[in-house]
Amino acid sequence: MNLEKVVFAFTIILALTLNFGFFTGDIGNAAHHNVYELYAAIFVNAIATILKFGDRTHMGAVLLAASLVADIQLVAAAGVWVFAVHVTDIGLTPATVASIVSLAGGAVIANTISVSLLVIETVMLRR
Amino acid sequence: MDSIVFLILRQMRAPLLLLTTVYAIATLGLTLIPGMDDKGQVWFMDFFHAFYFVSFMGTTTGFGEIPYPFTDAQRMWALIFIYITVATWVYTIGTLIRLWQNETLQKALAEHRFQRQVRQISEPFFVVCGYGNTGSRLVKSLRKRLIRASVLDLKQDRIDALMLAEHPLFLPGLQADASTPRNLVLAGIMHPKCKSVVALTDDNAVNLHIAITVKVLNPELKVICRADSHEIEANMASFGTDAIIDPFDSFAKDLGLAVDYPYQYMLSDWFRNESGEPLAPVMQLPKGRWLLCGFGRFGRAIHRELLDAGMTVQVIEPNKALLNLPVNAVIGDGTEAVTLNQAGVGEAVGIIAGADDDSNNLSIIVTAKALNPDLFVIARQNQQANSRLFAHPRAELVMEVSDVLATKIRTLLTNPLVDDFLSLARAHDDSWAQNLTERIRKISPLGFPEVWECVIAADSAHAVSNALTKGTDVRVEHLTHDHHDRDVSLPVLALLHSNSQGAFCMPSGHASLALNDRLLFAGSAASRAQMQWNLQNEVALGYILTGASLPQTWLGRWLQRSNS
Repeated sequence: MNLEKVVFAFTIILALTLNFGFFTGDIGNAAHHNVYELYAAIFVNAIATILKFGDRTHMGAVLLAASLVADIQLVAAAGVWVFAVHVTDIGLTPATVASIVSLAGGAVIANTISVSLLVIETVMLRR
Repeated sequence: MDSIVFLILRQMRAPLLLLTTVYAIATLGLTLIPGMDDKGQVWFMDFFHAFYFVSFMGTTTGFGEIPYPFTDAQRMWALIFIYITVATWVYTIGTLIRLWQNETLQKALAEHRFQRQVRQISEPFFVVCGYGNTGSRLVKSLRKRLIRASVLDLKQDRIDALMLAEHPLFLPGLQADASTPRNLVLAGIMHPKCKSVVALTDDNAVNLHIAITVKVLNPELKVICRADSHEIEANMASFGTDAIIDPFDSFAKDLGLAVDYPYQYMLSDWFRNESGEPLAPVMQLPKGRWLLCGFGRFGRAIHRELLDAGMTVQVIEPNKALLNLPVNAVIGDGTEAVTLNQAGVGEAVGIIAGADDDSNNLSIIVTAKALNPDLFVIARQNQQANSRLFAHPRAELVMEVSDVLATKIRTLLTNPLVDDFLSLARAHDDSWAQNLTERIRKISPLGFPEVWECVIAADSAHAVSNALTKGTDVRVEHLTHDHHDRDVSLPVLALLHSNSQGAFCMPSGHASLALNDRLLFAGSAASRAQMQWNLQNEVALGYILTGASLPQTWLGRWLQRSNS
């Protein structure tokens, strides 16, 4: 038991679960995708990225890369949201929601890779 | 460079985590606290506006309460988070600045910069380890010739001095331990353009270590070392160090030469000069009884050479427990009249102030001169900074360690043939040397002439090597004549001709050249430039060989052919 390991795994898994929670639901329906959940996903992803800074192992590098990919996808999703609602008058049309959710869907893949790597590393250590 | 990025990222983890969390909470709070719009209805701020507000609040920019004036609940939240975000920013920026000032980071950056600068050198260069008196002198004289060097020294202030020196070339320098292989590699010992490594640190063991490292990592590379003891010299020589220079031995040998062969001495003294330096007159060492103050490494070397030259030497040395001290040695510093009189200063012809302390040496000179004004004085100067004191015409000859070393190494690096020439010259008698000094004075009456090497190869002597491949006989005299009028010879002396059969001192003009021959010349800078024409330009060389100008163009050649 190591508190640092707990925090690290917790953040990475939470990043995936929050991300997935936002992503799941009807792709074009704004009511299925809560803005607070997207916000929480972005925040936890940012924390996860910072936690991965400075690890010089190969595994650490891949983890950091996956996290950066998730960050970019989620920030892009938030950007589309802001652009649709505040910058232009398009509003949350099904097409806009679909593109926001699909960007978040990309982040889910990246976060899944992070969690898989974490699991693999743990299994290897056990052996 | 990678390590630097990781170092920064790792150190910045805590402040960045804090900053992200504070921003996230502040933004989230603003979206949850009910506000009021311009119509008095309850309104919740969206994430976009909340993040916008927090961003300028955190940096205390303060664009005001937007889009609608805040309720008191919102103001309370903003009030709390203004202080928290500002404190977090101070912490983050503070960490960044501390990180930047971190010695490890600065060292890593300096190393990285140095490595890049060395890698970018595209011309032949030298690695100089140790930038003290000798190193700085050597680097200065190399720079004057536009030759590059990379410098390692243990002390940062010396590297700063290198960076601040006003010179035509920028030279990379690094504060690092030159005995570490890694640092030597950084300095460029594996660089394809690196010509040789010069080890000039104050520490014999470090010099030895540098020599070993270089010979192991890159055996092709020439290594020149300073050594202060015979054991270290033998050790250095055992694994192929190319040149080992003991400043005391080297000076003492020349002095021994000066006793019976003043013109030979004058010749080798002249060849230590830079071009343009005044030509020293011949120095006649008086024969008889000499006083030698100080029996350290310098004293011992001088003692041996003077005895070999048939002089009587009276040693004065303060430490009577010293090994190998002659039995009749007078114990004392030599700075006071009592000791000097006891040593017989009245009957002596000369005195050598050879202590390792400059004020003692000056005191010895003054006291001895007062007792016997006719003494011939040789002084050892230990600190370069004391040059002014010794420049006062009290001593006939001043030996300064860093000067002896720097000139010797400079010659080895820039004109290695000079050493060969001088050792061949020693085989001749003194009148031969006198004759040669007169010839040098004739071609360059104002100061020491320029001395240069030329290699008969395709790049450095294009025309000559072309003519030789065609089977034409090119002789030394063809290089030393004017390409404007071939009956006029240039004011140039051919000092050495080194070919496959060996090296020949003062070759005759009829000596034939072959590819890869190396020649050593002395003459004015103008005649050196003239000679370049003979070496490189086919028309100039053709005129000197045949007396006729060769047509250079196809048309010219065709006209010549149809006329004949």
